Amino acid sequence: MNERERHSRAAWRRELHGAYVIAKKDAMIYYCKAPVLIFGVLFPVFFFLAFIIGREADPGMVVPGMVAMALFFTASAVGPLVTPWERRSKTYERLITSPISLLSIVIGDVVAGACFGAVLCLIPLAIGTTIGGAELTRPALLALGVLLSAVCFASLGVVLAAPATDNPSQVMMLSSLVRLPLLFVSGVFIPLSQMPQWSRIPACFSPLAYCTDLMRAAFGGANYFPLWLDVLMLPAFTMVLVAAGRIFHGRARIKGV
Amino acid sequence: MENLIEARGLTRRFARLVAVDHVDFDVRRGEIFGFLGPNGAGKTTTVRMLTGCILPNEGSASVDGHDIIREPVAAREHLSIVPEEGNVYVNLTVWQNVMLMGELYGVARARRRQRGEQLLKLFGLNDKAAQKGRTLSKGLRQRLMLCMALVSDPTILFLDEPTSGLDVASARLIRELIVQMNRDDGMTVFLTTHNIDEAERLCDRVAIIHNGRIAAIDAPGALRNQFESVRSVEVTFSDPGLDEAELRAVPGVNEVRALAGGFRLFTSQPGRAAEAIGCLARERGAPIESIRTLEPSLEEVFVRITETPEETTGE
Repeated sequence: MNERERHSRAAWRRELHGAYVIAKKDAMIYYCKAPVLIFGVLFPVFFFLAFIIGREADPGMVVPGMVAMALFFTASAVGPLVTPWERRSKTYERLITSPISLLSIVIGDVVAGACFGAVLCLIPLAIGTTIGGAELTRPALLALGVLLSAVCFASLGVVLAAPATDNPSQVMMLSSLVRLPLLFVSGVFIPLSQMPQWSRIPACFSPLAYCTDLMRAAFGGANYFPLWLDVLMLPAFTMVLVAAGRIFHGRARIKGV
Repeated sequence: MENLIEARGLTRRFARLVAVDHVDFDVRRGEIFGFLGPNGAGKTTTVRMLTGCILPNEGSASVDGHDIIREPVAAREHLSIVPEEGNVYVNLTVWQNVMLMGELYGVARARRRQRGEQLLKLFGLNDKAAQKGRTLSKGLRQRLMLCMALVSDPTILFLDEPTSGLDVASARLIRELIVQMNRDDGMTVFLTTHNIDEAERLCDRVAIIHNGRIAAIDAPGALRNQFESVRSVEVTFSDPGLDEAELRAVPGVNEVRALAGGFRLFTSQPGRAAEAIGCLARERGAPIESIRTLEPSLEEVFVRITETPEETTGE
């Protein structure tokens, strides 16, 4: 191994370690807090109950949508707020003056959000398969879907944190504006195949649609997109969102925020 | 002596405002470098550019040979910063804050634990290790920020107003430790301060920045000598004394300022002026109570420079 390769490896190790430290810091400060955890548990449970109680809906149709929605909301819930909070408390300056790149900070934030979402989506999953009676037929596909989707949704959360502001309420507004419409075009409540033809076009541009599709297939339902496309599109969205996050966070830094 | 920081034409604009305007300076390895300037002069903006917090619009700078734009991560490996505003993680304990910074800078676990314990003891925080950041007073937070900055053993430490608003004991402790670490460990210190007395006592060299431009750089003593017109004679009389008009007529005196119970006469030759005042006082029967010659303080140099924006001096 020559000097250049050694240097490159050391740089990679340092960046990965930096991302790990950022993720650990996020978990300690922002995620492992009682209000955040309670919100993360209650929100999907109440949504689940709201959709299942008093309806003759097939659990195999409702539960995958609920799991996808819980994953979407939990993985992208805190990420948009982390950077504005840190800007406000001036701790963001600590991170950007430390010897790790902006990309590592972005990846660390994504990893923290993804872990949070993946763990908390187990609650509606457990309720859906026990109380709800939904049958999980392809657990490996479910695990893959949860993993890919959690990373993708957490990346969306980090992009939403990029506007050059230290005011979390501004970011919350933007976050709701982006995330809520996605719920209605992604086949969460009604499978994509049963939605009107025109409304299936925006679904192609929603990562939540591919997640929901994978979840339905994992619970024995029919998938709308080919499964290989679901599995490819989620990492593709992730890459685009992480790159966008890096660019937008970089622009905010150029503005001096 | 080798330069640790080299800034060339460093410029930063915010919309139409030019906060830092083509600034050039070097910081030598192992020195305590003071960066003085009035509010809004561009001190903090310069520090934020050097530490990678914001990017310059023009110019370049390097830290330990690494360009801050082309090799930002390598440049930041060598520095730590203690900003003016207490930016500790308030939800983490004192110990967790220090360990987090050590980990972020890639300090090995055993080393960061050992160094963390040393620093908490040195800064009198070892009995507060389990306390959350939010429960600390301003002085204790400032000490914690120093521990967080020093856990990675930086080559250069940036201190932005480190003693501003602190109680006397905390300010004194911080000053003593800055000098100790500079002397014993050879750590270079870049000190931004409003406190001219602090700069004069601590710094090997100071730069005075005014309206975004460097107005003067030199050792505090050399800067004082550049402003000979700021040398003065202070005289007090027992009644009846000389009046202001009579003193103004003393040869070589540029300016007379009335003080409580006396006068201050500005002159480039304070010894001769003191003799002339003595003679004049004897002639007029005005008994002198006290007379002394004064060298200009750095504060006077600072005031002169910042009062006259066009005047520039340097090495």
